[in-house]
Amino acid sequence: MLYDIFKAFWVGGGLCVIAQILIDKTKLTPARIMVTYVVAGAFLTLFGIYEPVVKYAGAGATVPIIGFGYSLCKGVIKGINQKGIMGILTGGISATAGGISAAILFGYIASLVSKPRIK
Amino acid sequence: MGSLTNKDYDKLIKKASPNSTLFKDMLMSFITGGIICSIGQIILHFIKGMGFSTEYSSGATSIIMIFLGSFLTSLTIYDKIANYGKSGTLVPITGFANSVVSAAMEFKSEGYIMGVGAKMFTIAGPVLVFGTISSVICGIIYYFFYFI
Repeated sequence: MLYDIFKAFWVGGGLCVIAQILIDKTKLTPARIMVTYVVAGAFLTLFGIYEPVVKYAGAGATVPIIGFGYSLCKGVIKGINQKGIMGILTGGISATAGGISAAILFGYIASLVSKPRIK
Repeated sequence: MGSLTNKDYDKLIKKASPNSTLFKDMLMSFITGGIICSIGQIILHFIKGMGFSTEYSSGATSIIMIFLGSFLTSLTIYDKIANYGKSGTLVPITGFANSVVSAAMEFKSEGYIMGVGAKMFTIAGPVLVFGTISSVICGIIYYFFYFI
């Protein structure tokens, strides 16, 4: 288990370092970085490049936002295998619905309990 | 102590600071991102240990990480970590949760419908839009080149 954590640490940390270099060197905003990572994750998964990374690093590959793209693409492939052409539209969001719903729910609850912040 | 010394000093600062900042940022984001992913790995390990499949476990891990990110954001702890952690706090899924929750909290003053409801997705919205579009494009490519 310790070795698994080590693998997750350096792969996950490495993905963050790449993002940090992009932010410092190219003036990309955080939102653009996140979008780039998700899109890259989806296509790297489609071409079979990201699956070995997930196999190796576990949460080190799925916890970074690039793993969101991975789940989207995996979901689409699964959807197509199960439902045919309909899966193109339903697969991606179905696979990531849990995370999206959780973020919306927790965001809403947090706004209910927090006092409005003054900037 | 002439002006030349000061100029030289400024030059030295300009030369030294961008690189050392970058190196420090890289180191901090590596450590922070690494720790967050390690926490994810520990959670994943425990859920897998309960006998669930890899796919189910990593989905559940994401949801727990989103919860932790939201929780720390609502206590304004996450933003303090982000000051040091740089992109180490942005890239993990907790950063996605942070962007949703902090926007929701910030725009509460504009009301629940157009404030919280609409502004919640200021940063997460583009991620969902381009994520969804790329998943559809991936689906089309997969359907025509691999499936048929």
